[in-house]
Amino acid sequence: MVTFYGESFSSRLILGSALYPSPDIFQRSVKAAGAEIVTVSLRREGARERAGQQFWSLVQSLGLRVLPNTAGCRTPKEAIATAMMARELFETPWIKLEVIANDDTLQPDLFGLVEAAATLTREGFKVFPYTTEDLSAAERLLAAGCELLMPWGSPIGSGQGLNNPSGLKTLRGYFPEVPLVIDAGLGAPSHAAAAMELGYDAVLLNTAVAKAGDPQKMAVAFAGAVEAGRAAFEAGLMPRRDMAVPSTSVAGTPFFEFGNAS
Amino acid sequence: MKIMVNGQPQETGARNLAELCAALGYGDAKIATAVNGDFVPAASRAETALAREDRVEIVAPRQGG
Repeated sequence: MVTFYGESFSSRLILGSALYPSPDIFQRSVKAAGAEIVTVSLRREGARERAGQQFWSLVQSLGLRVLPNTAGCRTPKEAIATAMMARELFETPWIKLEVIANDDTLQPDLFGLVEAAATLTREGFKVFPYTTEDLSAAERLLAAGCELLMPWGSPIGSGQGLNNPSGLKTLRGYFPEVPLVIDAGLGAPSHAAAAMELGYDAVLLNTAVAKAGDPQKMAVAFAGAVEAGRAAFEAGLMPRRDMAVPSTSVAGTPFFEFGNAS
Repeated sequence: MKIMVNGQPQETGARNLAELCAALGYGDAKIATAVNGDFVPAASRAETALAREDRVEIVAPRQGG
């Protein structure tokens, strides 16, 4: 089980709800993955459009926990106002807080993130901050009231996997008790397994499943990878070695004293 | 008077945010609102007066990652 702000979940795979070919494929993918939490967002909508209303009905019918995001916000002020609109729309204090610094990398603005996180926590939000593996930012976010961290694997939508495994490992080591979720950049199930093998508590992804040729099948693949990675972490991975070490006993090897003479 | 709604110019006679949402036809749609960058809760729309050049945001649930 993984616990976020006092609530426990059996699935460690959090799925985004965007970019699917159809609402039906989204629904089937989420079910196939066994996901219990999906991310959602909000956007401008004209009175005659009813896309938002239909989407909201679908999400409600799935009985899932929703994690609204502040995607696209570039300043703490925008992110705070968006979070407040999201809280009212989705009726949850959970917020995936994104304050974006750069349009090309979609990397978090860590300074703006900490500022917005502090304000939102004071306002009663339960903040899921989209951050990097930076330790100082992590300290500040926790001091601001965040009870978990969501460092990126690599830039959003890039599918590059874990660009800084060493930094992510260090973050895990520094904060053994804090729930850590890899958010963004995972492209293949092996990336998700690698994140879980590092001891991360969960992964959050969207594009890799939604844009797969068969999203439902890819959702199953990711779910399996997350379970395998987690089981491997709990089982304890063997230490890496620079040189070969025979697994079969050397003692008793036939022809042992013959040496290499031909 | 002229205001901006979701980034588009809008001519309206609505005196407050609740009147504007009704006049635009949102009815009982699931929406959230902001005026000039600040969130306005649903319960406060009727008492949120609108003025020329105000920038209103009206948002609805949407798919997101």
